[in-house]
Amino acid sequence: MTPSEDTAPYPGSEARGFEPVIGLEVHCELLTQTKLFCGCRNAFGDVPNTNVCPTCLGLPGSLPVLNARAVELAMRIGMALHCDVRPSIFHRKNYFYPDMPKDYQISQYDEPINVDGHLELPDGDRVRIVRAHLEEDTGKTTHVGGGGRIHEADHLLVDYNPAGVPLVEIVSGPDLRSAAQARAYVAELRSILVATGTSDGRMEEGSMRVDANVSVRRPGASELGTRCEIKNLNSLRSLVRAIEYEAGRQGALLDAGERVVQQTRHWDEEAGRTVALRSKEEAFDYRYFPEPDLVPIAPDPGWQKDVAASLPPMPAERRGQLRGLVRGDGAPVASTAQEDQIATVVEHALDGLVVAAAEAGIPPALALARTANEASAAAQAARSLDEAAYVALLRMEHDGELTATQAKVVLGDMLEHGGDPAEIARRHGFEALAADSLASAVAEVLADHPDEWERYQAGEDRLAGFFTGLVMKKTSGRADGKAVAAELRRLRA
Amino acid sequence: MSPADPSDSHQPTTAPAAALAALVRAGETSARDAVARHLDAIARLDGELHAFVTVLPEQALAAADEIDRRVAAGEDPGPLAGVPVAVKDNMCTRGVATTCSSRILEHWRPPYDATVIERLAAAGAIVVGKTNLDEFAMGSSTENSAFGPTRNPYDPSRVPGGSSGGSAAAVAAGLAPLALGSDTGGSIRQPAALCGVVGMKPTYGTVSRYGLVAFASSLDQIGPFARSVADAAVLFDVIGGRDPMDSTCLDRPLPRTTSAVGDGVEGCRIGVVRELVEGADPAVASAVAEAAQALARAGAVVEECSVPEVRHGLPAYYLLAPAEASSNLARYDGVRYGLRVDAPDAESMNAATRASGFGPEVKRRIMLGTYALSAGYYDAYYGQAQKVRTLIIQAFARAYEQADALLGATTPTTAFAIGDKVQDPWAMYLSDVFSVPSNLAGDPAMSVPFGADAAGLPIGVQVLAPALGEAMVVRVAAALEAAAPRLDAPGIADLPLLGATGEQR
Repeated sequence: MTPSEDTAPYPGSEARGFEPVIGLEVHCELLTQTKLFCGCRNAFGDVPNTNVCPTCLGLPGSLPVLNARAVELAMRIGMALHCDVRPSIFHRKNYFYPDMPKDYQISQYDEPINVDGHLELPDGDRVRIVRAHLEEDTGKTTHVGGGGRIHEADHLLVDYNPAGVPLVEIVSGPDLRSAAQARAYVAELRSILVATGTSDGRMEEGSMRVDANVSVRRPGASELGTRCEIKNLNSLRSLVRAIEYEAGRQGALLDAGERVVQQTRHWDEEAGRTVALRSKEEAFDYRYFPEPDLVPIAPDPGWQKDVAASLPPMPAERRGQLRGLVRGDGAPVASTAQEDQIATVVEHALDGLVVAAAEAGIPPALALARTANEASAAAQAARSLDEAAYVALLRMEHDGELTATQAKVVLGDMLEHGGDPAEIARRHGFEALAADSLASAVAEVLADHPDEWERYQAGEDRLAGFFTGLVMKKTSGRADGKAVAAELRRLRA
Repeated sequence: MSPADPSDSHQPTTAPAAALAALVRAGETSARDAVARHLDAIARLDGELHAFVTVLPEQALAAADEIDRRVAAGEDPGPLAGVPVAVKDNMCTRGVATTCSSRILEHWRPPYDATVIERLAAAGAIVVGKTNLDEFAMGSSTENSAFGPTRNPYDPSRVPGGSSGGSAAAVAAGLAPLALGSDTGGSIRQPAALCGVVGMKPTYGTVSRYGLVAFASSLDQIGPFARSVADAAVLFDVIGGRDPMDSTCLDRPLPRTTSAVGDGVEGCRIGVVRELVEGADPAVASAVAEAAQALARAGAVVEECSVPEVRHGLPAYYLLAPAEASSNLARYDGVRYGLRVDAPDAESMNAATRASGFGPEVKRRIMLGTYALSAGYYDAYYGQAQKVRTLIIQAFARAYEQADALLGATTPTTAFAIGDKVQDPWAMYLSDVFSVPSNLAGDPAMSVPFGADAAGLPIGVQVLAPALGEAMVVRVAAALEAAAPRLDAPGIADLPLLGATGEQR
């Protein structure tokens, strides 16, 4: 450690004239019914040590048997990332830790199932995928008693429910150049995992975990700098903060004429900084060797073909479809705001709603805006929305039966409880004001305020707001402000 | 002498275990009586032999009663109905201590049965006890047991061989007509030879390893001990066959051997492997030569041959097996089961537990294997040893272009004295020099008794065949058994049990 290590925060590395170089290792839990090598349930949140058997507890004499579904999901991920899907084998990664039932992890090493792919970011940049391999998860340790930190704990509790849960580790090339780009990569990867039904991509539950390899260099330099690996990035926010901190730290070191030491570092979310865990010299020698209890995986071509044929459209393709819809709406290209909306909608796998609405004749821009801004805020609920009901809501808004504000209120209710939008609108008293009632409400207001009406007719436009307020009051807010303004303009003309 | 004339044969092929099962199935004798007599012999003789770590009188008698009840009800409990079987104590038995003769597992009771245990039960066999072994099957004398050595029934001052010494001694002394052992580098065949019984290491992948506590996963294989080739064949046929719990099980029809025992060797091409005899004691070498002649007399085409690559087997084995063992034995860390020696933190608890729970030979192999797999040494040691393994596989394949089976010695010497080699690991490792190549190749091999040395200690000769060639192995072994010189019964044995099962010695 160097003295400057603990001073925080650092100014951004870019400010010092450094370019961050980032590669990410993403672990995702596969959505299988059972674990990778035994028949135990793969479930989150069950009572500790209830989903266990001789194999996932590593009892003497137990043996692993590979879960074919996990292989299939790994192939799906590989194909979605344009990887070369190959015959592969498992290795043992040996190290002692109480959460490792066998004190080795069964993982893929130099012959992984997926290699040499790429992921296309929403902005079109390509990130190389070096590999995406299968491995088993470990148990979960909790340090109990003492001061709550590892070295102060009185004892350790271990839950072996997660031990043996199938993971795919996706390793990117060192192709990312900013924290924002790293964020976009993880978001895109998550969309792909969700789209392929391979993982639920929930970072907060740990079903998707990210380690970041970060180094910095002068722009234009061809050599990579010395990197540090940052662990414990549990959210996109942590990912961005940790990368920015780390790149800044390394830039400051180099500026001070010091060098970066290759280390594994831990992200301390509360303190907002990375802390050294171990250096390269202290790194484990995992003594990898081929797992003798398993046979090579050689998926037959027919199976691979079936898996490839069952892949749904990927996010990049789906973004393209939404762009096409917006352009078809009369705009030559999607605006920057719409590009953001498209990215959001696809990231949350809500593009189906937009497409359905557009096919039903709703202007795509409206469907896109409502889906990106409101539905995405409750994405999980939105994914189970009744498509027809959602389209009906958008139609009510488009037809002027509901104001934008009212439509958002109704949507909020639909996301929370479901239900028919027309009925929800009625419950809220959002029944559309018939055009003649609006006209008569306006006429009444004008009759009550002849002086103001004269001034408005004389060109005092700001009185429109005065009249609108009164009409709103008279109609208990059911009138559409735009419709009132239109009626006033009509009467004046 | 012609083997076609049974009167010329010193030891007609018999199958005492199968014969006992036949009597039980016919209701002519009870399983309870058979089991009780063997338990009684164990009670009388095992104090001196120490073949067993755990004896299971109540469980065995209850199982026997169940067999008798089923026979009385007109059911057929299976081909080994009522036959007592001794099981090496590295195979999991539900609720019954499975120690691997190690302090670290001394009190561990598995919650599940090994697949072979289930198959024994399905065939009507009765487990009478768990037998002693070199700790975690690492050794060639059973002296590495944390619970004390097993003695050779022919001479209690000598070792029974190992690591399945307890199983070999139990069968030789009549304490059980059948036993299971595991063979990683010779751990069935070597003690079989030293105790004067039949022992077979089957083709890798023919017998499920599920529930066998792993030593070296790519080499370990469970196999039978018996007092005759025919019985060994029956036991192999019972325990073999694909098991979905073991991914390395071969997905091919199991070679059925029982029916091949009497097929003879007329016209079989037998190669006597020079390298599997060289360096052996003169008595052992001449036994192999006599065995070869006996096969020729029985109609086989016998030729000397050379498989020079097998000379590299032992060094390769002593890198590969410890490498796998160093990983397989990592799980004994005091966290989940077995011995725990408490310490202030997890890491020191691991270290204290392992320091106290493992014996010196196990520690030596863990160190050796850890080193062989270490960064920077992997290619030179583990990688190189794997290449040697491939060369040996290819060399055997070439030899089998000219021969249906191969013949050699099982061990270089007969039983050595307890204490003789414990201080010299390399001398001990040399006991496996003739047996290790079959494990590296994954091929089947059987040791069959063939006479004795001047001191009356049994000599074993080894029959090897290509993968899934068990039927050929038993044909050749049965021919040798029929022609073998008479072997006296051991000094420590239940003679009525040896004889009562219809066996001549």
